[in-house]
Parts: sequence; C-alpha cells; structure tokens
Amino acid sequence: MSATISSGPARNTSVAEQMSRSRHRANSIVKALCVLATVIGLAFLASILWTLLSLGFGGISLNVFTEITKAPGSNGGLLNAIIGSLIQTILGAAIGTPIGIMVGTYLSEYAVGTRLGNIVRFISDILLSAPSILIGLFVYQIMVLGYGYSGIAGAISLAIIVIPVVVRTTEDQLRLIPTALREAAVALGAPKWKSIVYICYRSALDGIATGILLAVARVAGETAPLLFTSLGNDNWSVNLGKPMSSLPLTIYKFAGSPNDDWVQLAWAGALLITFGVLALNIIARIVLRPRS
Amino acid sequence: MGDAIFSFFATAAGVLVLVLLGAIIVSLFIGGLHSFLKFGARFLFSVDWDPVQNVYGAAVPVYGTIITAVLALILAVPLAFGIAFYLTELAPVWFRRPVGTAIELLAAVPSIIYGMWGFFVVVPFMATYVEPHFIDTFENVPVLNALFQGPPFGTGIATAALILAVMIIPFIAATMRDVFLTVPPVYKESAYGVGCTTWEVMRSIVIPYTRISVVGGIMLGLGRALGETMAVTFVIGNTNRITANLFGSGNTIASLVALEFGESEAGSLKLSSLLALGFILFVISFIVLTISRMLLKPKAAK
Repeated sequence: MSATISSGPARNTSVAEQMSRSRHRANSIVKALCVLATVIGLAFLASILWTLLSLGFGGISLNVFTEITKAPGSNGGLLNAIIGSLIQTILGAAIGTPIGIMVGTYLSEYAVGTRLGNIVRFISDILLSAPSILIGLFVYQIMVLGYGYSGIAGAISLAIIVIPVVVRTTEDQLRLIPTALREAAVALGAPKWKSIVYICYRSALDGIATGILLAVARVAGETAPLLFTSLGNDNWSVNLGKPMSSLPLTIYKFAGSPNDDWVQLAWAGALLITFGVLALNIIARIVLRPRS
Repeated sequence: MGDAIFSFFATAAGVLVLVLLGAIIVSLFIGGLHSFLKFGARFLFSVDWDPVQNVYGAAVPVYGTIITAVLALILAVPLAFGIAFYLTELAPVWFRRPVGTAIELLAAVPSIIYGMWGFFVVVPFMATYVEPHFIDTFENVPVLNALFQGPPFGTGIATAALILAVMIIPFIAATMRDVFLTVPPVYKESAYGVGCTTWEVMRSIVIPYTRISVVGGIMLGLGRALGETMAVTFVIGNTNRITANLFGSGNTIASLVALEFGESEAGSLKLSSLLALGFILFVISFIVLTISRMLLKPKAAK
C-alpha cells in the first residue's frame, strides 16, 4: 500500500493534500464496505447453521434412526426417508459417475479442439446450471408416465444431475496431467486407453474422487427432481419399482405441516442432511488440497 | 482393439450428453404441446391461471420468475463484489482460504434448507423489522409507495428475492474472485507505483480488465436464480397475479410447477400447461446460461 501523505494536522493545506485526503477517504470507505459485505455473507451462513442447530438438535433422538415416518403424535422417525435417500443418492451417483468420467475423458483426451468436443463441453456446462426441477419433469415424461412413480426414476433424475458435475472435475483434473507422462506411456508402447486408465486416471484420482464427492453432496439435498419421480412414501419401501421416500421430500412435507412433532422431525432431518452435505464438501476440499 | 472400444465409449458418452439435453427440450415441448395448441400465442401473454375454468397462461409466473431473479441480482451483485474484492485484495493471505471456503459452503446448502430457513427465520424478520419500516417510510412517496405496500406478511416477492440473493452470492463471488486473480500483477503494481489506492487499482485496472467475465459471472448467478425451486416455493406466497408491490405475494414458474404438479392429473390440460411452463423456463435459462458462457469463455480457456 502507498504511504499516506500528511496524516497529522496540516498547516498549509494544499490542493494536492486535500485531493489525496479525499482519495484515501474513498479508499477507506470502500474497504470498510467490502469487509461489511463479507461479514454479511458469513452472517447468512452462521444464521442458517445456528437455526438448524437450535431447532434441529432437539429433534435428534434414537427414534429418528429406528422408526419410519408415522402419523402425527405417534413418535415416528425418519428411517425410511434416510434409507430412501441413501439408495437413490448412491444409485444416482453409481449411474452418473461412469458416464461423467467417460465424457470428461472424451473432452480431455479425444476431443481437444474439435467442434463436437466444444459443443459437448458447452452443453454439459448448460446442464450443470440448468434448473433441477426441469430434470424432474423430463424423467416424469420419459419414465413415470409409462411405469409410474418409482425409486429408480428418482435415482435416474439424480444421475442426470451428477453427470455434468463429474464431467467438469474429470476434464479439469485430466488436463492438469503433464503431457510428458502420457508420452512416457506411449514411448513404452502402451496403447492410448492403457495410458489413460493406468497413468492418467491414477494420477488424477484425488481430483476425480473430489468431483464424485461434490456430485453426491449436490444431489443428496435435491428435492425438486424427486417430487415428480420418486414421489415420496410414508411406509417402509426399498423397492426401486415403487414410490420411495427420501429425506428432502419428507422435510418438504413435514415442514409445511401444522403438527409440531412433524415440524420437529423436519428440522432434525434438515440438520442431518445439511451437515452431511457440508461435511462431504469439506472432505472434498481437503482431498483436493495437496494437488492445488 | 482395446483402443477402439475405449474411444467408442468415450465418444458415445459425449454424444449422450447432447442427446440428453435434446431429449429434455423435446420432452418438455411435447408435454406442453397440448397447451400450446389449445391456447396458441395467448398462452405467453395471458395472466389467467384458473383450474376451475381450465384456462391457463404463462404471463404471471414468467413475470414472477424474472422479477425475483433480477431483484436477487440487485441485492447479490454488490455483496458478491465486496466479498470478491475483500478475498483478493484486502484479507490477510492466511485468512482468504477459510473465508472463501465458508462463502462457497453457502452454495452447498441444499435449496430446501434455504426454504425452511427462509420460512422460519427470514419471513418473521421481514414481517417484524423490515417491511413495516419500509411501508411507513415510503407511505407518502409516489412510486415507492406502490413498491412497498402493506400488509407486512413477510412472505412475497421481496423475501423470495432476498433468499435467492443469498443463494447466488457464492456463485457470483467465486467467479469474480477467480477472474480478479487473472489480472497480471505487473498491471496492478504499476498502478500502485504511481500512488493509486487499493480502490483506485480495483476501479481503474482490475474491473476494466475483467469486465466481460464479471458480467458472465453475474449472468451465471441469474441463470441459477431463474430456476430455483424449493427455496422460492416456501416464501413466495403462491398467488397468481402481477403486482408492483414487492411485499405482495406472487409465483414463479418453478414454484408454480412444484406446488401444482401434485394436483394435476396425467394427460390433463393443466399438466400440459405446467410442462409448457417448464419448456419456457428451459428456453429462458438456456439463453441466459449461453450468454454467461460466451462472456466467460475468453478468460476461462486458459
């Protein structure tokens, strides 16, 4: 920073000094406003976390993990919702991840500078930011209309959201790998696919894993696409062909209800899912740190 | 042989992404076709949404979608800029990573959690502290008194916009921070060398250098705000009317679809109209995201 000119009381205040003072005053004001903006941003996060802890923590009991959702006043829990969320999230990630990795590989290893590659990259980025509710409507149109609401439809809508997240990180990570490494593999006579699988994937493993974790974190809290696909289920159901419960849908249903114990369960569920998602994000960042 | 198989699968996966996006557009269009054929161009401009008369129009939710998203931008951009400026130029170096991570975590909080937080925390706060104050202050000021009218329920367009703003701040701030960091240090150092203050360097060097990408980041935030569903659904009030009153209730495409989908029978005109709204939302989002992407591209391609 440049030194402040004449900070003490000036006897002969020249025009230059006055200008300098007003410039530095403007600087101080802007700096203060930026600090304020950051404090406000952090305050939002603090308020959300505090709300979740203060309203949700009281609702966490053994029942939450051992009982399924029940009618108001009968000590229900969230077991079916938790299991349903795990099934759909894991299945969605399991379907979306290999596709995402292959697309990322295509963009980084096969389609550099090609027209098709640029289009695929562009469309994948659009999918990354496209409203998730539209993915739900899409899966409703292609699956639910014909076969009814089901857990598998929910998982597929989540898989479609997973793909572009994994594409982005996979491509970025593969591009960080030095060309010399690939050339070394080729020089040893390895075919291209072997150099990709055994050299590139292996050295980009941390980064790709980060992408998968972030994708899981992203879809674990998704609500809108499940509304029209897995619908929700108040009973115990792990049948992928039938409507399936999930934490976000149960939270949505319970939070808006007039029953205090349902609202309490909604907060407990909200606490679980938010801290789960934030933990995944933080783990992903720690995994990535050595590479960046 | 292995090479051929592997490259086939990689290419097929790439093409699958294109097919997927195409299929989404086509399926929404086909789903909305019934409604488009029935109402024609009137669907876009009609303010009706009347399940009893079976008459539907898109004007109100489209208006609500755009007004909440634009208001959210007005609130979010200055805050995001302040955060990005703080994180790149002002904060002590050891402090940047934790603060940056905390801001990014705002983007990781699920949408439905924003909805609950909005409904149980922001709505009472708006109803008690913010809205009565605005309504009283601007009661006799023309124009402004139309924007801020009672009664102060706390729900409505302004609250939805505020929550959307919190949700898009991390996206805009992260993009701004990343592009601010692309400014070659020698430019900034020369400005400091001739005695510029930090703010002058930001205003005269960094912002002009990154202007296009900054707008791209803002458009990305706009794209996110347009399609946000659960958070808005909790606080918008779901009323089908166009009002200048920012404290009044309204709806957006996404909130209307989320709320009314369950009450629509398969094959009904109402369901078709909801899918038609989805198609319109897709077109709007696609345009905004495409512009964002084109603006961000020159700097993004390293």
